[in-house]
Amino acid sequence: MYQTNYVKAASTEDAVGHLAKGGQLLAGGMTLIPTMKQRLASPETVVDLAGCGLAGIEDAGDSIRIGAMTRHVDVAESALVQNAIPALAALAGGIGDRQVRNRGTIGGSVANNDPSACYPAAVLGLGGTVHTSTRDIAADDFFTGMFETALDEDEMITAVSFPKVAKAAYVKFPNPASRYAMVGVFVAAGDGHVRVAVTGASSDGVFRHDGMESALSANFDAAALDGASVDVDDMIGDIHAAPDYRAHLVVEMTKRAVAAC
Amino acid sequence: MTKVNITLNGKAVSADVPDNTLLVSFIRDTMALTGTHVGCDTSQCGACIVHLDGESVKSCTMLAVSAEGAEVTTIEGIGSAESLHPMQQAFHENHGLQCGYCTPGMVMSAIELVGKNPNPSDKDIREGLEGNICRCTGYHNIVKSVQAGAQMMGD
Repeated sequence: MYQTNYVKAASTEDAVGHLAKGGQLLAGGMTLIPTMKQRLASPETVVDLAGCGLAGIEDAGDSIRIGAMTRHVDVAESALVQNAIPALAALAGGIGDRQVRNRGTIGGSVANNDPSACYPAAVLGLGGTVHTSTRDIAADDFFTGMFETALDEDEMITAVSFPKVAKAAYVKFPNPASRYAMVGVFVAAGDGHVRVAVTGASSDGVFRHDGMESALSANFDAAALDGASVDVDDMIGDIHAAPDYRAHLVVEMTKRAVAAC
Repeated sequence: MTKVNITLNGKAVSADVPDNTLLVSFIRDTMALTGTHVGCDTSQCGACIVHLDGESVKSCTMLAVSAEGAEVTTIEGIGSAESLHPMQQAFHENHGLQCGYCTPGMVMSAIELVGKNPNPSDKDIREGLEGNICRCTGYHNIVKSVQAGAQMMGD
């Protein structure tokens, strides 16, 4: 691994100061450390966020606020999340393996916006809000492309809020080896409108599917999706699944998510 | 260089290491405890699993400096050749290994799994060991071992 300098930030302000000087933020390290080991990243300075006090889960009335450094295991095992948004707890409990869940954080996952990550589907599907060191960003404005977000160079995530909705479910088709979502779909129903967010499938990263949202808003039943189609041109194709198969999986996982609501 | 102070298998240790030192390198190279293995080096195989403040982590996927102040337990810290940990005894009795390379990680992962779920089903064990890869056994005897280990840990 490349030589690097390690700094443990004492606060969000401290971390942002290092970030502005070119530091690379380290949350759980479940992506960054393997990337550094493969020499795909070579930051001069790594800024550990573990001491910034950003871990914790709060009931904020009609939403739940989860600190950026909250680990997947803590979301999965939180009675508060299990009761208010069980689909979110289940999603967190299905990320990677137990060792990844013991280190990986929500802020790291959302900031990285890996096209195969689970959390972006929950943030977009629930219509959550990403809280940063400078502002609040609506989920619909946050994810801008594969590995790209609306975050500025010197801006960091401090928490993510999720509205409590009437019904929600997340179903993924995991890659049999890596367990990453080949396709994952988060469906949420509340206020008479249904949101459908898809991860793992598109070369632009997580996205909403307007057609299936309209169909489900009119009739919240898996049968309402018979005949639904997904643009094959937008789909990722790799050795694990061709674009047309991924397009098929998007509709199928959405049906299963509706049935699981 | 940064000074790392951790409690390793119950003993306070400290050493100056380069900032990019992985926890597994600190354990194996700096502290000369070679029971923790490096299998894949890509965070997939789980041979390097240790306990960090009681929770299983892949020691090849964190920096040693990030473990500052923590309690780290390796396979050397759970039993001895004369007195095996019940989970080690269960792997021994149920032939839960062939070459043995993945075994330290399997045992450390299984101990945490059983700590959280004292009576795991077959499915719980298979899902719980998703972060561990074994190329010899086909897993069947590992699942049997963890079930037996859970029983023995409860006794």
